Amino acid sequence: MTTKAAVTGVGMSQIGRRTERPAMAHLVEAAKRALHCAGLTKDDIDGIATYPGKADNSPGMSPLGTGEVRNALGLKTRWHSAIPDGPSQMAPIMVAAMAVATGQARHVLCFRALTESSSQTAAQRASIPGAGKARLGGWLSNLVPAGAMSASNWAGWMAMRYFHEFGMTREHLGMVAIGERAFAQLNPLAVMQTPLTMDDYLAARMISSPLGLFDCDVPIDGACVVIVSAADAARDCAREPLIIEAMGAALGSQETWDQRADLTTMGAHDASADMWLRTDMKPEDIDVLALYDGFSIFVPYWLEALGFCGHGEAKDFIAEGNIGPGGRFPVNTGGGQLSGGRLHGFGLLHEACTQLWGDGGGRQVANAKTAVCGMGGGFIAGSMLLRRD
Amino acid sequence: MTPLPELTAENTAFWNGGADGKLMITFCSDCAAAIHPPQLVCPKCWCETIESKAVAGTGTVYSYTVNHQPWVPDMQVPFALAVVDVDDASGVRVTAEVVNADPETVTIGQRMRVTFRNLDDIWLPQWEPMI
Repeated sequence: MTTKAAVTGVGMSQIGRRTERPAMAHLVEAAKRALHCAGLTKDDIDGIATYPGKADNSPGMSPLGTGEVRNALGLKTRWHSAIPDGPSQMAPIMVAAMAVATGQARHVLCFRALTESSSQTAAQRASIPGAGKARLGGWLSNLVPAGAMSASNWAGWMAMRYFHEFGMTREHLGMVAIGERAFAQLNPLAVMQTPLTMDDYLAARMISSPLGLFDCDVPIDGACVVIVSAADAARDCAREPLIIEAMGAALGSQETWDQRADLTTMGAHDASADMWLRTDMKPEDIDVLALYDGFSIFVPYWLEALGFCGHGEAKDFIAEGNIGPGGRFPVNTGGGQLSGGRLHGFGLLHEACTQLWGDGGGRQVANAKTAVCGMGGGFIAGSMLLRRD
Repeated sequence: MTPLPELTAENTAFWNGGADGKLMITFCSDCAAAIHPPQLVCPKCWCETIESKAVAGTGTVYSYTVNHQPWVPDMQVPFALAVVDVDDASGVRVTAEVVNADPETVTIGQRMRVTFRNLDDIWLPQWEPMI
């Protein structure tokens, strides 16, 4: 692998629900923290990247584009990019890595800002892609008109098929949610801090079977910034650079949620297989896992996609205690999106970096040197290996 | 309000087939591959001559979910959504609401037949159990 790019700083705003705080206020807070973490000033930032860019198709899903952020922060950039159509929510991190590897920029500020909690409350509307439009095109047009309006429906029928083939039960997904909540209680930044029991999990209302309320991540207001730097420039930063060892973005099936021949796999399987081709590292070398959990069912899919266990074995892998606090392969140690809030993967990456720098406090994974991050669900995926220099 | 699909050259036969009670699937006129969602080109052989043909309108449930959450104000819940492997069209699935059945009785492997719901110029496929 090239290893020409590294993460040098991360920052997150105070994540909250119904904060009524402008997205830019969250963004500035996250950016200041990320620059402080990296030991950089705003004049060092010469690139900016985001996913997906300013968008109005779902309330509060992406209120800020690169232009507004450049304006607000007074940035002069040599590279900018907003990527709605890339390898999942990880696209801006990947594009930034390629930008610094090819000399287009030295330090790229990658951001994700959301105000879904305030916006959905104000508009009395859930996160429904395409809602409010008279006519839909593309893959959404084959799902939303049928009544499959929410990603929870699409993930629901994936989970139902997986349950059918491999004997997974709701209790297994409950273990994912409960494990992440236990981590969240050790993370002051996580929005969900109350204990979660299996009884709570099973008693919660059904959303789209077999997925219930606690299988779904939490809409929040907040922002996260990740700074990606050229490897040589990274060595001048305040923290040890976290080298991007390998990335995977392969896709092997159609862009839609119902046509993949085997829906007990997803895009994550294609991207992960491709990532491992680019490194000598193996799953057993990984200390910290940051796996997309927009829905709990994605966690077992990612575990299998990345080869931490075989196809159909995730339920036992989870039940044996591998992924929760104290497990050999701890997943989403900051609480994930299920308990930390939906920052579209950026929060997961923020936590992985926090662990590699040893700043995990009461949830710190001992001597963490390597991390894998997988973002996306359904047909879309991006995966990345990070290691200490 | 249910958002409707926009009609295009490639998908009009699929969305209008219900006017005649027919499930219309797109096939490559050269290699005979079934193509869904409909496209102007065959993804297997890049042949640009595609044709829409009526299939039996039956299929087998590959997976399903029962939606309990009213995502928009007028949504009646619960209802089942079935992802159905369509007979006579290898590899094609049509995802649609299940009607004329208790949503909690839908199962994987269940046999379904298509019906249609007309909204404006669109005939949305729906699945109903064969028995």
